[in-house]
Amino acid sequence: MKRRDFLKSVSGLAAAGALTPAPAIWSSAKAQARSETLLIVSESGPNNLDIHGVGTNVPGYEVSWNCYDRLISHEMKSGPGGVPYYDRDKFKPELAEDMNVGDMSVTFKLKKNAKFHDGAPVTAKDVKWSLDRAVSVGGFPTFQMGAGSLTKTEQFVVVDDNTVRIDFAKKDRLTLPDLAVIVPCVVNSELVKKNASEKDPWGLEYTKQQTAGSGAYKVTKWTAGTEVVMERNDEWTGGPLPKVKRVIWRMVPQAGNRRALLERGDADISYDLPNKDFVELKDSGKLNIVSVPYSNGVQYIGMNVKIAPFDNPKVREAVACAIPYQKIMDAVLFGLAKPMFGAPADKATEVAWPQPTKYVTDITKAKALLAEAGHPNGFETTLSFDLGFAGVNEPLCVLVQESLAQIGIKTTINKIPGANWRTELNKKVLPLYTNVFSGWLDYPEYFFIWCYDGKNSIFNTMSYQSKAMDELISGAVDAAAVGNTAKYETDVKGFVDLAFKDIPRIPLYQPYVNVAMQKNVSGYQYWFHRRLDYRALVKA
Amino acid sequence: MLTMIGKRLMFAIPSLIGVVIVTFLLTRALPGDPAAYFAGPAASKEAIEQIRKKLGFDKPLIEQFFRYTNDLAHGDFGTSLTTGQPVATEIRNRLPASAELTLLGLIVSISIAIPLGVLAATRPGSWIDHLCRVTTTAGVSLPVFFTGLVLVYLFYFRLGWSPAPLGRLDVFYSAPPTVTGLYLIDALIAREFETFRSALSQLILPAATLAIFSLAPIARMTRASMLAVLASDFVRTARASGLSPSTVIVTYAFRNAMLPVITTLSMVFSFLLGANVLVEKVFAWPGIGSYAVEALISSDFAPVQGFVLTMAVMYVLLNLIIDILYGVIDPRVRLEG
Repeated sequence: MKRRDFLKSVSGLAAAGALTPAPAIWSSAKAQARSETLLIVSESGPNNLDIHGVGTNVPGYEVSWNCYDRLISHEMKSGPGGVPYYDRDKFKPELAEDMNVGDMSVTFKLKKNAKFHDGAPVTAKDVKWSLDRAVSVGGFPTFQMGAGSLTKTEQFVVVDDNTVRIDFAKKDRLTLPDLAVIVPCVVNSELVKKNASEKDPWGLEYTKQQTAGSGAYKVTKWTAGTEVVMERNDEWTGGPLPKVKRVIWRMVPQAGNRRALLERGDADISYDLPNKDFVELKDSGKLNIVSVPYSNGVQYIGMNVKIAPFDNPKVREAVACAIPYQKIMDAVLFGLAKPMFGAPADKATEVAWPQPTKYVTDITKAKALLAEAGHPNGFETTLSFDLGFAGVNEPLCVLVQESLAQIGIKTTINKIPGANWRTELNKKVLPLYTNVFSGWLDYPEYFFIWCYDGKNSIFNTMSYQSKAMDELISGAVDAAAVGNTAKYETDVKGFVDLAFKDIPRIPLYQPYVNVAMQKNVSGYQYWFHRRLDYRALVKA
Repeated sequence: MLTMIGKRLMFAIPSLIGVVIVTFLLTRALPGDPAAYFAGPAASKEAIEQIRKKLGFDKPLIEQFFRYTNDLAHGDFGTSLTTGQPVATEIRNRLPASAELTLLGLIVSISIAIPLGVLAATRPGSWIDHLCRVTTTAGVSLPVFFTGLVLVYLFYFRLGWSPAPLGRLDVFYSAPPTVTGLYLIDALIAREFETFRSALSQLILPAATLAIFSLAPIARMTRASMLAVLASDFVRTARASGLSPSTVIVTYAFRNAMLPVITTLSMVFSFLLGANVLVEKVFAWPGIGSYAVEALISSDFAPVQGFVLTMAVMYVLLNLIIDILYGVIDPRVRLEG
């Protein structure tokens, strides 16, 4: 290249920069598409379209829920604030047309006209293959199946082309509900087997990139980290045909921009805005705002009972008396949560979970308890939280830190990055921390098996061990399996009382799922998985 | 010239090998356990172990390294766990998005900064010199995410002039057929003017944000370099010979002042390409900066390694291009490896 040529081309480039755009040619087809399309904005998107995949993240569950069918699903009922809420105890058929529960097995008859997205009929073979897959691939799906005592492929039996029988490994109240969670979805086995390989017998690589189900929607375009486009499956047999033809789900990392998009009317739904934004949007009245408490979920302050001085129940009680409960509700959550503290002293324990403790902020009592425990001058410790949820966790921990300082407990705040949080929890070395847990299956004993049982699952973050607790939990599980209501109720009340008396973890509040929608969008339903169900949504 | 290029590329090989080793070790030294992260919220210890095995993280480090380099040699950058896609594909798809944004931002920045710098140099101490100083200082002092958010608030939220900050195209447009990956150029090639308009209107705010930020180094460098050249003997001679001031400034002074400006430009370009993470976040831009940061946050090794390697290769190429440009602009510069 010659010098002069180069200089010429540079000036040419500058001229191109000043090029004016062609005038707008706005087509009416685009406006039409807009009215039939639902635009969802959220912070993050799926990393895998198949819940059976390795390390599928939570947004991936939403795709699975809407693009695959299960044998059964839940009926709706009216929930808190009149929001449609899934009915834990009532099942409705989805792929099955009939469910017959026997003593040690359940038999499903499949809908004859049910078809996969590629037109192949849904058969009993597909159901068995999919359930086999869920219990065999390992990781989260297998674990979730195990929670309902579904662990072996022999439990799933093909009776004929349209009939499947599931044998119970043991009597377990959670088996049926576990068949209605996201994991036991039915996959197009012939299609996936064609695309499987020796190294990948379950075809996970194939279903990671595309949906191969019979659900109400199918993914037509997925750009990881940017957008997911889903089209309605007009042949869907799992329920009434959904109203929304197309769903575009865009990832907008900035919370401020998600709010701006909603307020300007460009986005239809967003569901992970900070609490403060939700309160302000609610007050402005321009949008439909729905807030529903997490089912079976609690944010708590945990104390590791294996680490001194939290091995002393008096110390734990002192901390429970020093938490600034109401301040947290007001300043951190802006009232968007259900308090789990301050129940009246004479209130009887209920057969329910979560339920409020009787603790209130009482610094004098906390000081006295601490002195009684042999720490009149307090002690030093660290208070850890997950930076992935810093919006709530950080102000919460600062308030707790301030309050604990009043009784002489000096805390250093330890911020742990999201990627690292679970590793640290697993090590069970954090003395004092805040965390949230919520279970898909909404049963008190389910929560307690995870969080308080001596089997020491990852969520028993306090390393709490108590023979009495274990007996009460297994008592309740066994009583529920055989329908012994009286024993069940005594045991549930028993373990709740014990959890509050020993107080290894201090419940703070039940968080809310906050969804903001345009006024012309309706039909939001609350599900145990807390993600959106597009099938019920309507855009006027 | 060709031997020179070949020689330069040869010299780049050891640094690339160094980059491969260092990024591999650094990502492994990061705190956080990807297996625990990807095992999901309800995973048991066994589930985490199963995931670790699947991901190959249970093998000794040296074996992981050889497997990694072997894959690299076959053009396989590995697969991202967060997005679930092969890293090479992702980078190929995302690099044009970042490049388009950065290039446009740089063009806007150059077209403001260079005239501003030249004017400031020709009239030192005047109001235009002060204006140059104030704008560049303000531009570089404001954090990019702040400038970006202010622009969004003003032009999208308040005034409604700008489209929704939803990435490269309005939701209801589809991307033009890929030729270069740059939507503006691809839309023109495909003669889809509506798409071109949509892509351009999406680009204006983020490009302006980048431009405001990069004004300072370019304008200040232009000014300094022009001042030096204007004080030199040949300019005085040209003036004494009675040449018009515009000929003196544009033909004689400016061309000679360009060398340091080009160097600055290359630095600014490579810096912006990797560091416009915040702009990408604010405008939901599907570029490589936000990709790398997200991967880093979730201890996702493959994309981080792929990103650093790509950036290293880009730096090498960019430096090579700048060196060639030197020779074109100033024949006195002889290129010796």
